Amino acid sequence: MGFYHQIIVVGSGLAGIRAAIEAKLNGLDVALLSRVHPVRSHSIAAQGGINSSLGNAPDGRDDNPEKHAFDTIKGSDYLADQDAVEIMTKEAASIVYEMEHWGTPFSRTEDGRIAQRPFGGAAFPRTCYASDITGHALLHAMYEKSVKEYIKVYEEYLLLSIINKSDSCAGIIVLNIKTGDLEEIAADAVIMATGGYGRIYGNSTNAIINTGSGMAAAYLTAGVPLKDMEFVQFHPTTLYGTNILMTEGARGEGGYLFNKAAERFMKNYTPKTMELAPRDIVARSIQTEINEGRGFENSYVHLDLRHLGKKKILERLPGIRDICLHFAGLDPIKKQIPIQPGQHYSMGGIDCNSKGETILPGLYAAGECACVSVHGANRLGGNSLLETIVFGKITGHFASAYVKQKSKTDANMESDLKKTTDKISKLESSTGKENPAEIRRELKTIMMDHAGIFREKEKLSDGLAKVKKLKERYKNISIMNKAKKYNLDLVRNLELEGKLELGEIILKGALQREESRGSHYRTDFKERDDKNWLKHTLAFNGGDGPQLKYKDVTITKFKPGARTY
Amino acid sequence: MVTFKIERFDPDVNKTPHFETYEVDAGKEMSVLEALFYILENLDGSLAFRYSCRGAVCGSCAMRINGKIRLACQTLIKTLKSKTITISPLPHLPIIKDLVVDMDRFFEKYKKIKPYLICDSTLPEKEIIQSKKDRQKIDEMINCILCGSCYAACTVSALDREFLGPAALTKAYRFVADSRDRAKSERLQMVGGEHGVFRCHTIFNCAQACPKNIVPTYSIQKLKGASIY
Repeated sequence: MGFYHQIIVVGSGLAGIRAAIEAKLNGLDVALLSRVHPVRSHSIAAQGGINSSLGNAPDGRDDNPEKHAFDTIKGSDYLADQDAVEIMTKEAASIVYEMEHWGTPFSRTEDGRIAQRPFGGAAFPRTCYASDITGHALLHAMYEKSVKEYIKVYEEYLLLSIINKSDSCAGIIVLNIKTGDLEEIAADAVIMATGGYGRIYGNSTNAIINTGSGMAAAYLTAGVPLKDMEFVQFHPTTLYGTNILMTEGARGEGGYLFNKAAERFMKNYTPKTMELAPRDIVARSIQTEINEGRGFENSYVHLDLRHLGKKKILERLPGIRDICLHFAGLDPIKKQIPIQPGQHYSMGGIDCNSKGETILPGLYAAGECACVSVHGANRLGGNSLLETIVFGKITGHFASAYVKQKSKTDANMESDLKKTTDKISKLESSTGKENPAEIRRELKTIMMDHAGIFREKEKLSDGLAKVKKLKERYKNISIMNKAKKYNLDLVRNLELEGKLELGEIILKGALQREESRGSHYRTDFKERDDKNWLKHTLAFNGGDGPQLKYKDVTITKFKPGARTY
Repeated sequence: MVTFKIERFDPDVNKTPHFETYEVDAGKEMSVLEALFYILENLDGSLAFRYSCRGAVCGSCAMRINGKIRLACQTLIKTLKSKTITISPLPHLPIIKDLVVDMDRFFEKYKKIKPYLICDSTLPEKEIIQSKKDRQKIDEMINCILCGSCYAACTVSALDREFLGPAALTKAYRFVADSRDRAKSERLQMVGGEHGVFRCHTIFNCAQACPKNIVPTYSIQKLKGASIY
């Protein structure tokens, strides 16, 4: 059984839905396909806001797209492609207004405009917000728009394979989770919008569905490279215990960080910007405090909101308070919040250009799963929501144009379907002795210990060897559940294959890159090295591991300079 | 050790649902969702349940836990103060497998009320101005995560398959109360019919079930009032 659509978008978070809307508005037959119902996608969890130089805040009047671009590029430690960043910051205002017109309930200023708050690494209050549920507010408005446009959604499907026929993308093979059937969906273009891989790390803010399966499918089955995968963002403030995100907006609204000695320790790292330095710097500072014995229980520091007062907390940070009440049993109006850094975001992803095109004609990528690159080595808070919508729209536009000038795909996917069917049968009939749950757990520990906030050669190469061993062990796993319907055992163990690949790519890229840049900090190479490393990493599937190549960074207006805050 | 009694049902295989029992070595801070993963990975790979954010924002994991509808991720085992935890799927919805229910009926109702902003055809170049006070009017309703808890808890929804239900009506009021929306009379007509707001018996089951502390009854009463006057 097979379906056909002119465009199939894989992933129904903000980037995916926005791409589908654009294709629909261009008159194309487009459908969304997702692991979950669209409002369950991880965009829902974004809290703090979306950046745009609207200048609505009193001290934001002098802001403009060029200043936003500069902050983004400096924040990226000059690894972002500057032409792409300029596109993003120029488009920011129009897409924020569009989302407002589509119903997003942004918080408001005294004069009824979209409210904006300060965020790390930004020279002006630039982050538009809906209290502390901005992702939720945007995703619901985006989904509502897709309902208005009658966009079809295939819900609860897992992408297994991207079909490459005579060097163009011809569709996908998917597992219908509800029935357990494998299905082929032919398409003239496929847009990947599958989000990040946070769950390969032990401490992650990410949803449990964020396994990186889309990135892995692009790398393993479509033959496209992944770019800059060694750049992994650790969010400075995640709730100790569950690692649920505590928005940067908490510091944007004036929250402080304290160590065990009740010292606002950020004064020792970034005295000018204090708690509002970019995320990589604040995360390293917190981790340094913990590592040097100034944290609590050697594990966390305190985020203090108490001085903001009950009124402001209830108005601006009600979601944060709810999370603290339910998951930590404390009220931030009265008590400090125990926080630690946790994996949060992938700057790297499927290599694509500023039109969303990958090297495989007909295959596109947008959002966190993509690497354009607008975030370079470190993403600024508030720029990911922006990227999803701007590049979702752009990618939808260029994919539509591509499909319009192309003849309909008539690819025969029988053999591809058979290959995937065989793979699953093999997994189901395997009597291997390895326990996949153990492999999953070990991978998480390895990634935290060997490719975390602080990295060095021996740890990285040791970690790489360990992941290679896990990959070997994966070949001998067996699964408990052989039933077809809603087989989570199967789904999670299919996802595990991709997780192992991504772990290996991250470790190898980090090992090779002998410098420190943005989120990638090498204790054995503490300086940025523009002479040798001002370049993007490309990881190609070499069969028995990634083959790394490099390509130049696009520099337009902003010469790489010192990155001080 | 905590004993989990979980309702199991595959309509293709079983005639009726039955309970299966699992012993879980529950850590101090373990959530019910984490316990389900423990069971899936260690005791029974055939258990089916939905999950995503694990932070009470995505609405995937609403289910009946010790008789009360809750989000599994937001429910810490210690807060249940019980050695036996009984879990069933959301009531009044068809079961696909175990704790996974078919939410189509729920989302059909949602789609029926035109769940999107309908504003003037000529839009300003920038944002539509909305005062802080007007924005506050929708504060509560926009917190809805579409988890279906209220719908499953509603006795009217259980008996009248056509009843729009608390979530869809709250969504309708979210737009009626939004100063930017221009479809108030159309919306009131939609919710005023035989299966609309006047079916609500104001027994507040929905409010009790909501994991986000929303009171759908408030929205419904507001819509009733607006429909009359």
